[in-house]
Amino acid sequence: MKYLLDVTSLELFKEKCTGCGLCAEVCPHAVFAIKDKKAEITDRDMCMECGACAINCAYGAIKVDAGVGCASAIIGGMITNSNPACGCGDSATKNSECC
Amino acid sequence: MEKQVTGGNIQKMETPGGKGAASCCSPAESTTKADAGSCCGQPKDALGQPGVVDGSSRPATVTVEWSQADYIGQIKCRLGFSRMEYTVSPGLYAVGKPDNGSDVLVSANYKLSFDILRHSLKGLSVWILALDTKGINVWCAAGKGTFGTDELVSRISATGLKGIVSHKRIILPQLGAPGVAAHVVHKKTGFNVYYGPVDAKDIPAYIAAGYAATADMRTVKFTFTDRLVLTPMELVPALKKYPLYALSVLALFGLGPLGIRFESAWSGGWPFLLIGLITVLAGAFVTPALLNVVPSRSFAVKGWITGMALLLASSGFTGIFGMDYVLMVATFILFPLLSSYIALQFTGSTVFTGMSGVKKELKFAIPVYLLAAFISFVLIVIYKLREFGVA
Ligand code: SF4
Ligand code: SF4
Repeated sequence: MKYLLDVTSLELFKEKCTGCGLCAEVCPHAVFAIKDKKAEITDRDMCMECGACAINCAYGAIKVDAGVGCASAIIGGMITNSNPACGCGDSATKNSECC
Repeated sequence: MEKQVTGGNIQKMETPGGKGAASCCSPAESTTKADAGSCCGQPKDALGQPGVVDGSSRPATVTVEWSQADYIGQIKCRLGFSRMEYTVSPGLYAVGKPDNGSDVLVSANYKLSFDILRHSLKGLSVWILALDTKGINVWCAAGKGTFGTDELVSRISATGLKGIVSHKRIILPQLGAPGVAAHVVHKKTGFNVYYGPVDAKDIPAYIAAGYAATADMRTVKFTFTDRLVLTPMELVPALKKYPLYALSVLALFGLGPLGIRFESAWSGGWPFLLIGLITVLAGAFVTPALLNVVPSRSFAVKGWITGMALLLASSGFTGIFGMDYVLMVATFILFPLLSSYIALQFTGSTVFTGMSGVKKELKFAIPVYLLAAFISFVLIVIYKLREFGVA
């Protein structure tokens, strides 16, 4: 299933990539493939900005504005003017399967 | 050789009261003698803080089978009852008869996650290291950073893991990766992070294949069943607001120039009680369930389409086309958009909606919602004024 097209903030800096392959391993949507010892973005619209690839790239070759894709969290963030944080931990009525 | 640690006992960490105690702990799980008593209802662990090396006992052993209490706890949890109290103590647990060569699997201290993990370990002897994620599942906690590098590093040292296993392999659920920097963990602890499969049930195959996951094991799916189990968590919060809604509807229709009249409250109000239910159903159940069928990529649009479709489909029961036209217009503006709003909340439960996308939707949707709410309000006021014979 694919969400909105052309919105992800995912960026790959190939010159820093060593082809270690960890990004391809951690991405739950198979966004990366390793070709000729370099990472490659296959289908960027599959990216959900979870940030797994970027945090696990030891060489700083990936940048993504990671965050929760959760409407209520983002609305909450807009109201309190802070980063969207998920309500999971705060109250039993919030959706904790979320974010 | 082996250092002994106090493993986490299966116990409820913060017990606000007796309520929900049955869901937290099942006696069948704790097989070490000391654990049996410390489980239910006791707010603090008599054995000391879990995971602290004190040399007096071994990690608690957990079974791979689920007890009846586990099943009941899961159902309650899925329905949204006492969800936040559904935890296990952070620390080290044994499954089967692990030794210093056995694998270490890292998990969250959300009992639902923990139970799913141990249930998939039939026939294996492994260690489970439960991180303190405040009772939140791996995926959520990784996003928040509680299932994260720092917690993992400190839990490794608190449990004395180095003295318990002689290898340097720790297996993390792949969905924990957004919170953990594998290279940092290695630098700080010497342990090598292996990302296991997305689904716990693939762990035996992953280990058997020499810690290799197939491409299929690495991707998240979001099947009809996956979505269906999530719908109660959409329905319950929406339905909690329903009584207030129902009351307002009845008050609105009952309100006459001479006070509240019950007959008109009911005769005018009941179609809207029904429409309210249909709206919630459209947004919180039908849209998630038929997510791949309803047109549009936007959840807001999906919700609106479903809401409108059900509103039209139910017009025979609700008699919406026979209503006063001001009221009818207000209904068609307001309710499908309410479905849309509710459906938008489901972005929080999916595994493929990113923040940038949701922000984009909200930028468009929120002004529309506010405008629609305002217009509907004006229309309802007009309707009431006309009814009173004022306008
Ligand atoms: S994790 Fe970083 S260095 Fe490794 S393949 Fe991916 S981009 Fe390249
Ligand atoms: S942010 Fe997440 S979904 Fe996007 S490419 Fe990285 S790992 Fe994959």
